[in-house]
Amino acid sequence: MDNDLSKIMEEAKARLAEARTQAETNEIRIKYLGKKGEITSVLKQMGKLSPEERKELGKAANIAKSKVENMINEKLEQVKQAEKAAQFKLEKIDVTEPGKDIRIGTKHPLAIVEEEIVRIFQSMGFSVYEGPEVETVFYNFDSLNTPDDHPSRDITDTFYVSDDILLRTQTSPCETRALLTKDIPFKIVVPGRCFRRDTPDATHSPMFHQVEGMVVDEGITLADLKGTLDEFAKQMFGSDTKTKFRPHYFPFTEPSAEVDVSCFKCGGKGCNVCKGSGWIEILGCGETHPNVLKVGNVDTEKYTAFAFGMGIERVAMLKYGIDDIRLLYENDMRFIDQFK
Amino acid sequence: MLVPVEWLNDYTKMDKSTQEFADRMTMSGSNLEVINFYNKTMEKVVVGKIVSIDKHPQADHLVVCKVDVGSGEPVTVITGAPNIVKGTSEGWAVPVVLAGGTVPGPMHGQPDTGEPVHVESHEMRGIMSNAVMLACTELGYDDKVAPYSSREGIWILPADVDLQAGDDLEEALGLKQDVVDFEITPIRPDCLCMVGMARESAATFGEELHYPDTKIEHEDSEKSSDYISIEIKDPDLCPRYCARIIKDVKIGESPWWIQKRLMLGGMRPINNIVDLTNFVMLEYGQPMHAFDLRTIEDNKIVVERAQNGEKFTTLDGQERTLDSTMLLIKDGRKGSAIAGVMGGLQSEIQNDTTTILVESATFNGENIRHTGKKLGLRTEAAIRFEKSLDPNQCRDAADRFCRLVELLGIGTVCEGAVDVYPNVKQPVKTDVRVSRVNKVLGTDIPRADMESYLRSLEIEVEGEGDIMVCTSPTIRNDLSIEEDYVEEVGRMYGFDRIPMTLPKNSTPAETPKDRQMRNLARDTLCSMGFNEIQTYSFVDPAGPDKIRIPEDSWERNFVEIKNPLGDETSVMRTLLTPNMMDVLGRNYARSVESVRCYEVGKTFIPKDTGEKDLPDEPYSICIGMYGEGADFFTLKGVVEALLEEFGIRDLNFEAETEYGVYHPGRCARIIAGKGTGNDPHSADKIREMSDKLQSKKAEDIDTEDIDMMSDMIRMMADSAMNQPCEIGIMGEVHPDVAANYGISGRVYVCEIMFNLVQMMADTEVSYHPLPIYPSTSRDIAVVLDDDIAVGTIEKAIRKAGGKLLESVKLFDIYRGEQVDKGKKSAAFTLTYRDLSKTLTDEETNAVHAKVLEELEKDFNAVLREE
Repeated sequence: MDNDLSKIMEEAKARLAEARTQAETNEIRIKYLGKKGEITSVLKQMGKLSPEERKELGKAANIAKSKVENMINEKLEQVKQAEKAAQFKLEKIDVTEPGKDIRIGTKHPLAIVEEEIVRIFQSMGFSVYEGPEVETVFYNFDSLNTPDDHPSRDITDTFYVSDDILLRTQTSPCETRALLTKDIPFKIVVPGRCFRRDTPDATHSPMFHQVEGMVVDEGITLADLKGTLDEFAKQMFGSDTKTKFRPHYFPFTEPSAEVDVSCFKCGGKGCNVCKGSGWIEILGCGETHPNVLKVGNVDTEKYTAFAFGMGIERVAMLKYGIDDIRLLYENDMRFIDQFK
Repeated sequence: MLVPVEWLNDYTKMDKSTQEFADRMTMSGSNLEVINFYNKTMEKVVVGKIVSIDKHPQADHLVVCKVDVGSGEPVTVITGAPNIVKGTSEGWAVPVVLAGGTVPGPMHGQPDTGEPVHVESHEMRGIMSNAVMLACTELGYDDKVAPYSSREGIWILPADVDLQAGDDLEEALGLKQDVVDFEITPIRPDCLCMVGMARESAATFGEELHYPDTKIEHEDSEKSSDYISIEIKDPDLCPRYCARIIKDVKIGESPWWIQKRLMLGGMRPINNIVDLTNFVMLEYGQPMHAFDLRTIEDNKIVVERAQNGEKFTTLDGQERTLDSTMLLIKDGRKGSAIAGVMGGLQSEIQNDTTTILVESATFNGENIRHTGKKLGLRTEAAIRFEKSLDPNQCRDAADRFCRLVELLGIGTVCEGAVDVYPNVKQPVKTDVRVSRVNKVLGTDIPRADMESYLRSLEIEVEGEGDIMVCTSPTIRNDLSIEEDYVEEVGRMYGFDRIPMTLPKNSTPAETPKDRQMRNLARDTLCSMGFNEIQTYSFVDPAGPDKIRIPEDSWERNFVEIKNPLGDETSVMRTLLTPNMMDVLGRNYARSVESVRCYEVGKTFIPKDTGEKDLPDEPYSICIGMYGEGADFFTLKGVVEALLEEFGIRDLNFEAETEYGVYHPGRCARIIAGKGTGNDPHSADKIREMSDKLQSKKAEDIDTEDIDMMSDMIRMMADSAMNQPCEIGIMGEVHPDVAANYGISGRVYVCEIMFNLVQMMADTEVSYHPLPIYPSTSRDIAVVLDDDIAVGTIEKAIRKAGGKLLESVKLFDIYRGEQVDKGKKSAAFTLTYRDLSKTLTDEETNAVHAKVLEELEKDFNAVLREE
């Protein structure tokens, strides 16, 4: 009987060596270990034996059974791995094939720049304030200390809806609106559309965008204006950016300045972007004229204020190297797609 | 304002480099336009002297000249210039470029390439020309500064300069100079002249300012007043009129030093008298005008408004029609000049003029500006007068003119002036606090420093302690309040020396809710693959025609621009769809295969009250697409996803067949809001409260009633908010509309009124517990008439399914062989769940059977046989 068992084991071993699949392996399991399996049938013959023989044979058979079982399991594991490997080989893909076309849209470059400017000023505690694009002459000019004979009021320069209503030429009328409605102190930043009667060409557009800013509080100085705009320039154009404040004239600020930033393309050495000067003019600013604050019933002895304004188109064109402003309003998808 | 640096040194010491000069002037408040460095490309350009002139044997219009160029034999130069004439031009000095040389160009008759021009020997009709005689413009000068005397061709060089043949031309003429161009702001007309810029330079560099010499050494015994009287009839437009008479005038060319300065200062040398008027204008900023006294009738000058329709010929030969707003300088009978703008042709200085009247006057700036604009004449004089000049400088300028006449020996100056100046302009005094200056600038500048800055600008400072009593010179129109002086101190101290600080108080950074929502919409649409576009707010009023909007629609009620650039930008947009179609059409024309884009933009809706009120400016969202993957249901999915971001989930898409913009079978109005979500009792309650309130007399109303009123209003508002409301429209664009924009494929557009979205938005999110008990799903396929919208069926299923029906999802629609003609099969997955217990099969079957029953009863929709 022992011989039978060892024969069976030899046979099982040989068969297993030939098995290639999980199914073949499982067949072997049934053949040897199943209810009608060969080892089982050896055990079934034990009835004829003496108790001692039975005990010995039982022990041998159980050992044989567990050996075969181990062999089968081992084989099964091997076959499984082989099958997986074969499957993997079958499922191999060419990873250099193109990815599925998942499109994310692009914001308009003017919006991207506007959002960036607004974000920077919000990081300094400025709130967004917005106002109408169709505006009164009072808010757009009168309240901003614009002389009655100032050329910007001419019908050749400004679009009028009626004698008293116009398309705002700047975001500055929101200064007066804020002064009349908001509690002091405040810091506001005003993004928005403006209109001037310029015939479109590569550098002029009758519609354009500005961001205005205003801070009103006790003790607001020209030094605060310089510090605020210098911080803005560093965040907008890079931490190495330098600013230059040149005295200038605007009706609604006194003193007034224009601000140049060191050229963010060449770093100030001089290139075609800065026309060799190393500096690029980006905004106008100043301490708010007391006549403007008075329109808002502000106590000019107690409070001082500063304001600034910049053109978004100009910043966008400089930043992206766009040489024709009209491209911004054509909305050619091949243009907009570039600002991802 | 062109500032030749060398000339500046007549009035103040300026020994810095041109770059440093420009940089420091910029920082003290002069706005640099550009530095014109002397860097012309000139080689072998020399002074030539014409030795002989002969006719060209082969060409009538050419002459063959022998020109002495300083070395060796005279060279042969052939020219066709009409001002080189045999018998006249011999001995003249002219600019010559030798063979192998270079000039800035452009050459006569050649286009301006911006590149220097190289010259070689060349044959002209059989004779070699070994050099070229040059016109002023060929040397790189603007035509408007080229001397009048050389207008017919070659620049005839001045006779009063010691020029030797072969001299380097620009060296010999002293033209190798840098010129700095400053942009002068409108409030600083005092800087539109050399003395003004010298004043700024002196203050900037701490140098002294020397005024021009105005002292006339010899005045004739005859007086100016012997010749002329002056009457100002409209003093509101002419604060001062000062005139002097000069007799024995010898008209001729100006000496070169005058001509040179005019040319570098941007003006054309004409003749000695006209040149001196311009020279004094460049020096003082005071425009001058010289009249030939022979033409002045009745020995008087009258300053008065013109007659409406009066004709007047200006010295450029143009006849102009005047009106009664324009000021005229007349003699006893007729007009002689348009005040401050341009002289008359008839009173112009002639070569035989012997006695002149020189005018030095001031006029109302605004009036001059309007006159100049109306006539389309913006002369150097008008540019200055329109900024309101200081009348106090008229006499100095007149005297300076006479002094120069005397110096050049071109006339005899009559004694005194005739000067009408009724109201002398007084300087303005302003109290300026040292403390305030420092408070605004954020500095700590001592008073003594402030005083010296102000005095350097000729501002007088008196007083002591904190108060500086400042008196501004009358040339300055811009110094009237304390802040004006803050700027003067600031710019002389140097803006670059002011420290950088940040405002001390912190403030919260807020973003208005509607902007946040716009940003959310834009982010959402970008994330779904749509590009943002931005289009003009002003549009073509024909837009509604192009998109087939009916005649009397609200979309045609525009805010109109009175002075548009053109019809196509003459009204403010009332909707975004036409602009969207423009953009889609433009991309289509440029062969962009597939477009998905959106605009979030303002529309402009006039108020009922008309023009006197500002219009409403509601935002709108417009979405457009064509090309791969573009269809109605993709767009609908985008709209649903977008609105879901705003918490708007109760949407109905109602088929619209009439709206001209869209395909009649592929258009939907987008209706948002539950409509059925109102408390059914609220209407009754509102009615009850209203009755109760109406039954009360006004004097009996108590606080309880007021509370009730506010409850009522709130309930009404809630109820209104829950009403279904059309928020937009979408669809496939009508092929005729698409064709109007040059598109022949299918285009999908949607426009949503964003202000309504904002009002209905419910972005509050609250947590619902996850279900504990399982759900059961049943798929059904029902066959129904093709006309019945699946949305209607879905609604009916929801209604019949009641609370236990968790969701309905349409997963298939089939039309074809398997169903009868005119029918379709719609397949839905219905999911049932009870949140409080596990549903039994019996319970599910009961409600499911009810659903099927209702569908059959209401729509004749029967379960499809498998």
